[in-house]
Amino acid sequence: MVAAAFEYVAVDSYAEAVRLLSDHGEDAKVLAGGQSLMPMLNLRLARPGLLIDINAADPRAPSVTDGTLALPALTRHRMLIGHDLVRAHCPLLAEAVRHVGNVRVRNRGTVGGSLAHADPTSEIGCCALATDARVVVRGPDGERIVAAADLFAGYWSTVLEESEVITDLVIPVRRARQGWAFQEMVRRTSDFAIVAVAAVVELDEQAGVISSARVALAGVADRVVPADAQLVARLTGGTGEEAESVAAAIARSVQPPSDVHASGSYRQRLTGVLTARALRQAYARAIGVPA
Amino acid sequence: MNSNSMTRYPIVLTVNGQDHEVWALASDTLLEVLHDGLGLADVRYGCGEGVCGTCTILLDGEPVSSCLTLALQAPGHPITTLRGLMGPAEEMHPLQESFLRRGAAQCGFCTPGIVLTALDLVRRRGRPSRAEIRYALIGNLCRCTGYTKILDAVEEYADLVGREDESES
Repeated sequence: MVAAAFEYVAVDSYAEAVRLLSDHGEDAKVLAGGQSLMPMLNLRLARPGLLIDINAADPRAPSVTDGTLALPALTRHRMLIGHDLVRAHCPLLAEAVRHVGNVRVRNRGTVGGSLAHADPTSEIGCCALATDARVVVRGPDGERIVAAADLFAGYWSTVLEESEVITDLVIPVRRARQGWAFQEMVRRTSDFAIVAVAAVVELDEQAGVISSARVALAGVADRVVPADAQLVARLTGGTGEEAESVAAAIARSVQPPSDVHASGSYRQRLTGVLTARALRQAYARAIGVPA
Repeated sequence: MNSNSMTRYPIVLTVNGQDHEVWALASDTLLEVLHDGLGLADVRYGCGEGVCGTCTILLDGEPVSSCLTLALQAPGHPITTLRGLMGPAEEMHPLQESFLRRGAAQCGFCTPGIVLTALDLVRRRGRPSRAEIRYALIGNLCRCTGYTKILDAVEEYADLVGREDESES
C-alpha cells in the first residue's frame, strides 16, 4: 500500500518543530528516522495531515559530561553500535541495538524516534529503564526532564504532550564495578523481541558484594517495564547466588499478553530464563570475568 | 494542510551519478519516484514496511529502504541503485558476476537489494564471516534460493576483493 496524501515540512530547529506541533496538534506527526512511522503511513494505520521532518533540527553528536552520556535524539542506531563513547559508557546499549531491526532500520532509525514510538518490545526503551536514564523533552514552555521509567504510557504511547518532542536521552555513565547484560529471544534475527531483558549489577567497592541491581523487561506488558524492585533488591549483599530464584520470582510477577507470536505463558517462562542468564552475565562482568 | 497536499514540488535527485529534476508530492516515497517516475525497474516495491529489502538503495552510500524514505528528503543525498554499479555499457559489477557464477539468483526480484546490501557489508568489513553475512542480509528476503548460494557468492566476492587488496599492498 501507499500512504494517504499529507504535507511535509523540514525544520532546522526544535523550536520550529514545537511551533508547528502547537499549531497543528494531533494532525501533525514528527518524522525522525521514519522506520516505524513510515510503515504506519504506508499501511494507513496513521493518517496525519502534516509530517514535520526533524532530521536537520540538531547537529549535535553524543557527548559525555558530569557523569552522564547525552545521546541527541537524532543519533542513529548504527552510530550507537560503533560509537566509542557509547561503547565505553553504555556498552549495554551498544550491544542491545545490534538486535534492532535490519541494517536499513539501523542506518535510519533514531534513539528519539524509538523512544517516542514506545513499542512494548523496544530494546532502546528497555535499556533506558535498566540504566535509570532520563529523557529531555522540548515543548512550547521550554525543556523538561522525564525519567525513562515515567515516559511510557501503554502500547505505542508516551506521556508526551501533543506539542512536545524528545531531544535527548541522558544515561548515567557505567561505573567501574558495574556489569551489564542484554538477553533477547526472537524466532528470526531482526524480528521484534518476544521477550528481552536488560540487567545492570553494581558491586560494593570494598565488600565485593552486589550493592544494587536493576532489571528491565520488554515484551511482557503494554510497555517496557522495570522488574519489581523489591524482588531485584534480594540480590543486594550477595554474590549472585540468588540470581535463579530472583529471576523465577520476577517471571511469576509478570502477566504477559498472548498474541500471534507467542503465548503469555511462554513469555513468562522466557522472562525467567532470560533474566537468570542476564543476571549471571551482568554479575560476571561486574567482577571482571570476561563474558 | 490537506488542502495543499496534492501540490507537486520540483526537486533534483542525484541518481547513479546523474541529476534528475522531478516533480513529487510531499507524500511520494523515494521508491515511487525512482521506480514510477524515473523508470528504474531495479528498485522494487515488496512490502512497504522496510522488512523485505527489495526497494533497497544506497543513500549517501548506506543501504536504506526507499519505501520508508520520502522523495523530498533525498535532494542533496547521492542515490545509488543496482544499475549504478554497472559500467557504461552495462557491464556487470564483479559482485553480480559472483552471483551468476554461484547461481545465487533465481527469479531475481530480491537480487538488487541483496547485491547493494552485500556490497556495503564488504566495503565496511573487508572479509566478513559467514555469520556476519547472514546478519547483514537478514533484512533481505529471498523466496527462491534458500540463501546458501547467496552466502557463497558474497563470500567469493569478498575473497576476490581481499586478494586484490593484498596484491596491491
